Amino acid sequence: MINPAKHSARRRAYVNANIVAPAQGLNGKGGILIEDGWILDVGPKVTKDSVGASATVTDCKGLTLIPGLIDMRVFTGEPGTEYRETLASASGAAAAGGVTTMIVMPNTQPVIDDAAIVDFILRRARDTASVRVAPMAAITKGLNGEMMTEIGLLKEAGAVAITEGTKPVASANVFRRALTYAKDFDLLVVQHVEEPSLSSGVMNAGETASRLGLSGNPAMSEVIMLERDLRLVEMTGARYHASQISSRHSVEVMRAAKARGLPVTCGASVHHLVLNENDIGAYRTFFKLSPPLRSEDDRRALVEAVADGTIDVIVSGHDPQSADTKRLPFAEAAYGAIGLETLLSAALSLHHNEGVPLACLVEAMSSKPAEILRLETGRLAPGAPADFAIVDLNLSWIVEEDVLRSRAKNSPFEHRTLEGRAVETIVAGESVFAYARS
Amino acid sequence: MTRDARPPLLKRQHLLAIDDISSLEAIRILDLAERYVEVSRQTDKRQLVLQGRTQVNLFFEASTRTQSSFEIAGKRLGADVMNMAVANSAVSKGETLLDTAMTINAMQPDFLVVRHPSSGAAELLAQKVSCAVINAGDGQHEHPTQALLDALTIRRHKKQFEGLIVAICGDVLHSRVARSNIHLLNKLGAQVRVVAPSTLLPSGIGNFGVEVHRSMETGLKGADVVMMLRLQLERMTGAFVPSIREYYRFYGLNAETLKIAKPDAMVMHPGPMNRGIEIDSDVADGVQSVIREQVEMGVAVRMAVLDALSRNIPGGGNS
Repeated sequence: MINPAKHSARRRAYVNANIVAPAQGLNGKGGILIEDGWILDVGPKVTKDSVGASATVTDCKGLTLIPGLIDMRVFTGEPGTEYRETLASASGAAAAGGVTTMIVMPNTQPVIDDAAIVDFILRRARDTASVRVAPMAAITKGLNGEMMTEIGLLKEAGAVAITEGTKPVASANVFRRALTYAKDFDLLVVQHVEEPSLSSGVMNAGETASRLGLSGNPAMSEVIMLERDLRLVEMTGARYHASQISSRHSVEVMRAAKARGLPVTCGASVHHLVLNENDIGAYRTFFKLSPPLRSEDDRRALVEAVADGTIDVIVSGHDPQSADTKRLPFAEAAYGAIGLETLLSAALSLHHNEGVPLACLVEAMSSKPAEILRLETGRLAPGAPADFAIVDLNLSWIVEEDVLRSRAKNSPFEHRTLEGRAVETIVAGESVFAYARS
Repeated sequence: MTRDARPPLLKRQHLLAIDDISSLEAIRILDLAERYVEVSRQTDKRQLVLQGRTQVNLFFEASTRTQSSFEIAGKRLGADVMNMAVANSAVSKGETLLDTAMTINAMQPDFLVVRHPSSGAAELLAQKVSCAVINAGDGQHEHPTQALLDALTIRRHKKQFEGLIVAICGDVLHSRVARSNIHLLNKLGAQVRVVAPSTLLPSGIGNFGVEVHRSMETGLKGADVVMMLRLQLERMTGAFVPSIREYYRFYGLNAETLKIAKPDAMVMHPGPMNRGIEIDSDVADGVQSVIREQVEMGVAVRMAVLDALSRNIPGGGNS
């Protein structure tokens, strides 16, 4: 028997919102009714009057309501380098950015290459994190590119995919076997596409690198690895996802592969969609990324590919680094930028300034990653987990060290004004973040 | 010249890259350097415009000639010069470049002369310290005082830059000297060529305002100045060029290849030379060579740079 008193207390509604959930065909005025962490109803029918007195009602006053974002590429320092970031601190940043699920990478110390470590991550997340966390496990033991991990046991423990995170599996033979074996468990294989022998450079190869006297990493390095992998996918039939592509050539290669019907998808980081190699300026290490920021022409190609669906997923690539790894000469500095908290805001600039439909951006950060990873979140439908964000599309805010919740402060958007952000984030029906206007 | 009566010459606190400075600023430094050439040839070489100033030479890469050149320049101007031998310092104990620089900065130097194997190191320091930073070579980026001393040497022989053909030959890819020289000679109106195998040319070099040549036969034709670059021996074998003897055969400068250039062409080299590899001894020591003179001009140019930058330090450098 359901206790009606308790029942009504846990029932909540967000009404008078502009709901954007393209995968469910929602794009317009409506509301959402939730109970015990699950969605009961969503759409234009859900109004203040329809839910009656049975629910606590929040008036969204016309703000936009989207599915909670799923960020498919997040690094934290837990376990191993907690001074950079913990699951808890990263989840605080995620919540502030409207991200309700973080997919964490296996590049930790120790590496997530064992079922016990998957279990550790999930338990730590349950006890300390304010958003959902799901790990990807390593493809090879210790990320050494040689011995396959226990793919079946890792999946059973809760790994949502396998990847080497910041590096590729260089050996075609090892990668072929991993694809073949992962296919039996229907597990997604995620690759960092970069041919190692062509990737000794520290920024995009070309005139800018030559002027700065920095060694270049050519876009071809990415294309060569991508094309190799696609042949192996053709051979094995495994589900394959290129974690981040960064160049026009890669976009063309992915477009052709999809046209051929291969089971492949790809992502791009929001940094590669809104920044280019010229942003490095006077050796600014917060713009040192892997793959490197490329030319404006490449950036434009990526934006088009998001708009036409060739790029399935937008990620933050959140990678916390501290002064000891970033306040160094460019070539010596670590790769990576934080991004959980700015993912949505930066992506919205593509909507505001470059005409990318909002629905397309929302899909690339919610329903698409959910579909690729087979998650039940990422959608607004009755029976789905109540993960969503209320977004003010036009709220301007300045990215400053003291407002960022991440323990690391290496944001390439430091001191920039971004337009639009999450003002409330709800995970499993609970509000985990509310924006305080200053 | 008294300390108070010196007009400002540069619009900047630091000298980090030739790319940043205007041709007018460069010419002012060259003009001032001419005077320091004369000073340096006197019996009493002191010109105490930097008395009381402190200059720290912070060299993270071994260098005999540049470091001693900066040291002599500072001392002739009356500065207190300290050479920081990095091998003996905290850097080898894991302290970062910035920590080291901040520590030195706290001792109130007026000049920090820095050489570092990483491109952008001087820029990074300049953002964090309060004294004037002089880039004495950062990675493969720039070596501004080398370009200035090369320009001074050229000007003393050729009187002007307009219409001069300067061929920069060899490992342009890894050379900060080449980058600084390309920028400066372009600003001053010379016509710059680079001559190298494609594996030793940086990507996008065509957009640097240079003519690109892959052979000495075309590259040296009609050249007024032949500037040879040092080939780093560790880069010789296999990775960039197949062998030393092959490199010498196609890109070495000897008496024969020098004949392709104009009869009065100057031969330059930033040093240290690999004799018998990029340059033959008879050419290096021959009548057309100005390699020794480059070293002399180096001291004068560095005196000029120190003097010029000191004019922009407020309150006698103690603020």
